Amino acid sequence: MAIVDVEISAFDNGRDPARATGYQDAPPRMGFFTDTSVCIGCKACEVACKEWNHVPEDGLVFTGMSYDNTQGLGADTWRHVAFIEQTKSMGAQITTPAQVGDSAGAGAQLPATAGDGGDGDNPVRWLMASDVCKHCTEAACLDVCPTGALIRTEFGTVVVQEDVCNGCGYCVPACPYGVIDQRPDDGRMWKCTLCYDRLQVGAEPACAKACPTDSIQFGPLDELRARADERLAQLHGSGVPEARLYGHDPGDGVGGDGAFFLLLDEPEVYGLPPDPKVTTRDLPQMWRRVGMAALALAGGVAAVFAATPGRGAGTAVGRVRR
Amino acid sequence: MSSKTKKARRAATAPHDGNGHAHAVTREGLSPMAQPGREAVPGSAVVAEAASKRPEPDANGHASRRGGGKREELMVPRAEFQSYYGKPILNEPTWQAADIAGYLFLGGLAGAGATIAAAAQASGRPGLARVMKAGVAGSAGLSLAALVHDLGRPARFLNMLRMFKPTSPMSVGSWILAGFAPLSGAAAACAVTGKLRPIGTAATYGAGALGPALATYTAALISNTAVPAWHEGHREMPFVFASSATAAACGLGLLAAPAAETEPVRRLGAIAGMAEVSMSKLMEERMGLAAECYHEGAAGQLIRAAEVLTTAGAVGAAVSRRSALLRRASGAALLAGSAVTRFGIFKAGVASARDPKYTVVPQRERLAEIPPGEPS
Repeated sequence: MAIVDVEISAFDNGRDPARATGYQDAPPRMGFFTDTSVCIGCKACEVACKEWNHVPEDGLVFTGMSYDNTQGLGADTWRHVAFIEQTKSMGAQITTPAQVGDSAGAGAQLPATAGDGGDGDNPVRWLMASDVCKHCTEAACLDVCPTGALIRTEFGTVVVQEDVCNGCGYCVPACPYGVIDQRPDDGRMWKCTLCYDRLQVGAEPACAKACPTDSIQFGPLDELRARADERLAQLHGSGVPEARLYGHDPGDGVGGDGAFFLLLDEPEVYGLPPDPKVTTRDLPQMWRRVGMAALALAGGVAAVFAATPGRGAGTAVGRVRR
Repeated sequence: MSSKTKKARRAATAPHDGNGHAHAVTREGLSPMAQPGREAVPGSAVVAEAASKRPEPDANGHASRRGGGKREELMVPRAEFQSYYGKPILNEPTWQAADIAGYLFLGGLAGAGATIAAAAQASGRPGLARVMKAGVAGSAGLSLAALVHDLGRPARFLNMLRMFKPTSPMSVGSWILAGFAPLSGAAAACAVTGKLRPIGTAATYGAGALGPALATYTAALISNTAVPAWHEGHREMPFVFASSATAAACGLGLLAAPAAETEPVRRLGAIAGMAEVSMSKLMEERMGLAAECYHEGAAGQLIRAAEVLTTAGAVGAAVSRRSALLRRASGAALLAGSAVTRFGIFKAGVASARDPKYTVVPQRERLAEIPPGEPS
């Protein structure tokens, strides 16, 4: 158990949100590392999630968006596989050690013949990525929830208590990723729980269990981050310079994601915000401004009434004449 | 610990061997050791080659995905951005306009109205005080009804008072309203019936003290979201709401209070109306790209209509000293202008959540200000 000992201040729950929430003997923070470079778009994660969590069907439509008829995360889609067809070259799939050469050395020369995959004139590449709730370190949905229905679990994940949620809907526009949403016939808000029930008995989440290529990897976040760094170096060394991590950095606008990704293009290409920010960080400033505006309102009313001559002007406060 | 975690841990610690596993097909199927699995390298030779030739993306990392190559030079550079099939990044607010924009208006009217009622009472204007108290209690009641109606589970509305949470403007507002509504009801009941006057007076001042908070906290409520047209206005929104609420409350006074007592709300209404229009303009000017949502579509029409109504109401109030008809018309215009302003702001927010442009482009610009190199 690699628990990083961190100093927790009231304003920095960046490293260990479960402990900052008050869990005394919290287990290591658990999360997902979704490596989209090995996603094959099978949607087993979508299906496993729906089955395990009893998530209802939410529309069987044909969108024409490649193989994606799910369209995006919502109340009834907690895993969503994106399909992106690009007129960019993917190159030829490299299958032999000779073709790859020594990938350990960064910038290794790749054999020129490897690229003659036959579609050099008409390049196409197909990106697939399984999106999910990010279980942010600084979770906007959790911050704005007025009922306390949204909670931080001992695993550092963010979960809606369905017996408390009254469907106020504040978490929906608060989420910078567009994850949580309202189930129309139910009224409450729903999202990925990172299979809280399975975690509690030591099982891994249904989507990770079902993923046939280990694109979805589950584990302690520290280990996942280390593994992601290795994988990124491996891909960069193998001639995939566009590989990048997304949501792994505790210094980002949400304090880092509990579920982060390896992407092969810009985040927005996958429908992810390039630089999400939890607005709670601006809230102290907003409250100050609200205070100033409220004082201006009260002061303005008092000033105008004081300056307006008329009945009872200048009389004792609290007495009604006539 | 799960089997996959152990497996993953093994993989993480195992030395990399170059990853160029051949697909060794055997009688038993693909040999597990030969499967690239999560170590697979997506076909990369051509990519690497192309990457060395490909020009670096511009500072913003912007590149047009569609129709590349035939771009013309535009006088005003179009905001270029990439998206996933044009799908929104944010989930649209589930709030109904009639409920929530209606509440933004009614809550503002009630809040500022309660403060004006207290001032009217203190300055010996019982007719104005009575009208304001009745209007405030009515608005507060309708506010509660709208808020409960908008809940997905209305029967659970009391869960709003399960905790007090300063990080949630809605929680703060629930407590403000929980204090304000009974006070405003008591103040109105005592004013209308003429009974229990000391209690009525105390309730009037209590509601008057909470009023400014009720009228302005809603600015934090909508600004504290990822919705670009709301959040990007978070510096000015409280002042827009404070002035809009005051203008609406003055409008109510001008419309319904006895003529002899309307002088302070006539003056205040003119000031507040002008402030509402100018603060709204200031907010749009400082907002950046999302300001488009305040100029285009249904929201744009509402914002323009609000500007006309509020300006007319403010100017009318300023010159209506001798005309009862003009005073009443100005009051109605101020009320309507405030209501339309709130619906316009609400719709602008929804429009900005619907279009990924307003999420992606400002975030890209923000990233461009950070020294380049590290991807997001």
